[in-house]
Amino acid sequence: MSTTTNLSKPTQPMEERLYQNRYLVDEGRPHVRINQGTNASEALLSLVQLCPAGCYREAEPGRVEVALDGCMECGTCRIVCQGTGEIEWRYPRGGFGVSFKFG
Amino acid sequence: MGERFDAIVVGAGPAGSAAALVMAEAGLQVLQIERGETAGAKNVQGAILYADALERLLPDFREEAPLERHVVEQRVWLLDERSHTGAQYRSDDFNEERPNRYTILRAQFDQWFASKVREAGALQINETTVTGLVRDEAGRVIGVETDREGPPIMADVVVLGEGVNGIVAQRAGVRPELDPKHVALAVKETIFLSEETVQERFNLAGEDDGVVIEVMGSVSSGMIGTGFIYTNRESISIGVGCLLSDFQETKVPAYVLLDRFKAHPSVAPLIRGGETKEYVAHLIPEGGYDAIPKLMGDGWLVVGDAGQFVNAAHREGSNLAMTTGQLAARTVVELKRQGLPCTEANLARYRRSLEESFVMKDLKKYRHLAPTLHRNKHMLTAYPQALSKAMQTLLRVDGTDKRAKQAEMVAHVRAARGGWWNVATDAFKMARAWR
Repeated sequence: MSTTTNLSKPTQPMEERLYQNRYLVDEGRPHVRINQGTNASEALLSLVQLCPAGCYREAEPGRVEVALDGCMECGTCRIVCQGTGEIEWRYPRGGFGVSFKFG
Repeated sequence: MGERFDAIVVGAGPAGSAAALVMAEAGLQVLQIERGETAGAKNVQGAILYADALERLLPDFREEAPLERHVVEQRVWLLDERSHTGAQYRSDDFNEERPNRYTILRAQFDQWFASKVREAGALQINETTVTGLVRDEAGRVIGVETDREGPPIMADVVVLGEGVNGIVAQRAGVRPELDPKHVALAVKETIFLSEETVQERFNLAGEDDGVVIEVMGSVSSGMIGTGFIYTNRESISIGVGCLLSDFQETKVPAYVLLDRFKAHPSVAPLIRGGETKEYVAHLIPEGGYDAIPKLMGDGWLVVGDAGQFVNAAHREGSNLAMTTGQLAARTVVELKRQGLPCTEANLARYRRSLEESFVMKDLKKYRHLAPTLHRNKHMLTAYPQALSKAMQTLLRVDGTDKRAKQAEMVAHVRAARGGWWNVATDAFKMARAWR
């Protein structure tokens, strides 16, 4: 595997990247929830890098938060955390969530 | 007890719409359920449409389907950090009356495809998420539950065209969660430019001609993956995807790979000045033959991405989706005509028709490719780099005699893998995986 130097910094902030996407957020009904114990698992922590919409952040050491406004419903977080039980994942209610203009 | 249908199709992507179309055309009472606000609203693809699979369903699709450009040229690039070594094939033969490949935008295409399903007589409801399968006492699937109020909706058979995540089937306990080694995470931007700019930059004669560039090498930063650049009418689709298990190992964000790809000196001039109007992410099922889940049971069938029907080696998926949808639907139609129930044993005809088609033949052909690459990731970086060095040696005129240059080029390839034995072993492994 090649080195990961220069491979952690994006060239633009996520909000800018997602700015043109279309979403209908289902207020008060998050479709992904985190159930974490005292310390986030390595898998959960890795979502800070792996989520392609940047929905996850380490709010304080060992505690991960999710904000679903930019979620593209890809399923990455569910698969990555399948062994830990920390991610409760379903699709948004019909009609809500991301709505691709071009796909 | 709610309404009752002959068949319920979950999902309005290419697999679900192909299945719903074939069953509706045969006169079955079909309900198609889509969670997006329209068909296509949740769907992502590169996207290349292979005409053949659609032509078998809708022979006249070219007259009305929203197509971007037909593909007249294919390029393959091996990237290193500063260079690309490429092969390309362009032919005027691709400017034919019935072109073989098109670029499309899935959000538009899927809406059109779904409209053909409605015209064939199927009932469609959008903005409705299927939340579970309904079973009878014997465990047979007899319908679906949705997030709409009301009783479950009943049918003789449920066709699951729910996409790569396969959540409904997972919840029902008939398939396991996806293995990170069996899915690629892909990200893409749709970058808008004027029609003329696209044509000039890609050397295209007109608004209907298009180019496909498939990219390997440093684009995936040592992970198993590829990049792509497709020309749409007035936009460029540019993306990169790698196996999720590799992303887990490197912790490189997928969008950083895409940023690097966009900034590559061979790529940047193609997209310069363009406006990104959408950034998308999606999983691609790339586990191949050995990752195919259970495809049928009493009262249910799986089609498309939900069944891992993607030929990753050839970047084919939507054609497999349409074909599996069609074959599943034909199985159901045949059983109905014969008055037979949709039991697992009877639906097994679907599996047999898949085995006889290109779908399973192709997936079987490449079943060893991904495992081979897993064990030999060096191939994805070492050779593009060696090739790039060899090309520079060849092309730079610097007073070195040609025999010495030739020796140096050969040495680059040999050095890339620390000796001929390793090069020969790689060649043998790849040949075996590809045969």
